[in-house]
Amino acid sequence: MTKYSVFSLLKHGFTGNRHWPQVWREPEPKRSYDVIIVGGGGHGLATAYYLAKEHGIHNVAVLEKGWLGGGNAGRNTTIVRSNYMMPGNTQFYERSLRLWEELSFELNYNVMFSQRGQYNTCHSPAEMDRARRRGNVMLANDIDAELLDREEVRKRLPYLDYSEGARFPIHGALYQERAGTARHDAVVWGYARAADRLGVDLIQQCEVVGFLREGDGIVGVETTRGPIRATKVGLAVAGHTSHVAQKAGLRLPIESHALQAFVSEPVKPLIDCVIGFGGAAHIYISQSDKGGLVFGGEIDKYNTYAQRGGMPVVEDVLSATKGLIPSLSRLRVLRHWAGVMDMSMDGSPIIAKTSVRGLYLNGGWCYGGFKATPASGWCFAHTIARDAPHEDSAEFTLDRFERGYQIEEKGVGPTPKLQ
Amino acid sequence: MLRLQCPVCGLRDETEFSYGGDATVQRPDMNETDLKVWHDFVFLRDNPRGAHLEYWHHVHGCRQWLVVERDTQSHEIGDARLAREVQG
Repeated sequence: MTKYSVFSLLKHGFTGNRHWPQVWREPEPKRSYDVIIVGGGGHGLATAYYLAKEHGIHNVAVLEKGWLGGGNAGRNTTIVRSNYMMPGNTQFYERSLRLWEELSFELNYNVMFSQRGQYNTCHSPAEMDRARRRGNVMLANDIDAELLDREEVRKRLPYLDYSEGARFPIHGALYQERAGTARHDAVVWGYARAADRLGVDLIQQCEVVGFLREGDGIVGVETTRGPIRATKVGLAVAGHTSHVAQKAGLRLPIESHALQAFVSEPVKPLIDCVIGFGGAAHIYISQSDKGGLVFGGEIDKYNTYAQRGGMPVVEDVLSATKGLIPSLSRLRVLRHWAGVMDMSMDGSPIIAKTSVRGLYLNGGWCYGGFKATPASGWCFAHTIARDAPHEDSAEFTLDRFERGYQIEEKGVGPTPKLQ
Repeated sequence: MLRLQCPVCGLRDETEFSYGGDATVQRPDMNETDLKVWHDFVFLRDNPRGAHLEYWHHVHGCRQWLVVERDTQSHEIGDARLAREVQG
């Protein structure tokens, strides 16, 4: 396996880039593994990587029904931040951001993590108070945060609507300088390559259709390529968690909803940061290296497993975007698509052992899956290897709902469509 | 755009409705004291891939609660009935 460096780039450049070795193997599934991870997205691959790297468990397979990164890892708006307020979330997402900061070096793969900063705009005095509180919680947890007033926001983001009749008057913004974006495919490919290097088998076109059971536990999976045994099975199939877990007899606090994303035609550099707006309306926007504006908004608000969204949300997102940044009004949308989200009952994820022996669960990511990728893998690998939760994901248990310890970042109650 | 056949108002756009979630969950008896039963009612859902019975509130129309059968993969919409007539 070639280590990527300036020298390997030069060497292969001089030979016309014709001799690059295959990036990862395409192995046939073995009859048994120590650990099987179901789901070859960012979370599953990161879990496999950290199992091998941090816990010395190399006899691992990642099973993917389609192709690596073909699910939500390839359908998000690539934003990475750690501006969370609730205990349980705060330290977890900060762990993730710290892993992001080293990720390209860790994986020897450029994940194009760009810490361009994120502004969360505030549009009323009450929203300023709320942002101040959130910022203080972040600062108290050693996370960078800065509350900016209207004039400072105006200096930095002159293209927002500051007019008298603005639909969403700007009062200020909460700024996190270390937030940013990353290249979603590169994260998947980076983890896949690094995991493969450590002996992990990446098996694509292999759908899990059931579980092998012995007594009260699970001893492997039934797949479209035959049965594969394993001591431990981890699910990282967010979007379809209920569907897969149901085959193991689990009923979960999750509903599946579609979240849409949009890309505009490419324009010259305009938005050099990430802007989030989550008050009277809900949008988030950044600009890709190719110039297209990448943005999204709310979920479609009814249960669905279809990877497409409806026009009412398209209209909501586009009108809110234009309300915030009027100069985009003539810009054309090139593409829009949807991914299927695990919307959990409190808006927070689940990384836990289940009541079924040998089965471990990673899901319920709602909107927050992409930014969580490194820490999700880090903590899930720990949970699987040590049979105990990692301290940073200790609150993401399934029984928090029974104990009354939901982690409610939005405070809207057990209504997945509102999370 | 989904369009729902309201038994009172006829075929209407989804934007007139508010989604109310899974219509198969049954609220336990008010005298139920087992917290597990209440937990299951409040938090757990089948979340099926396929046929789904769900509540929709015709909030910008006749304000009736409906029980609609809809497929969560194809979005095909079947029967829609008044919720009060479905509940025994």
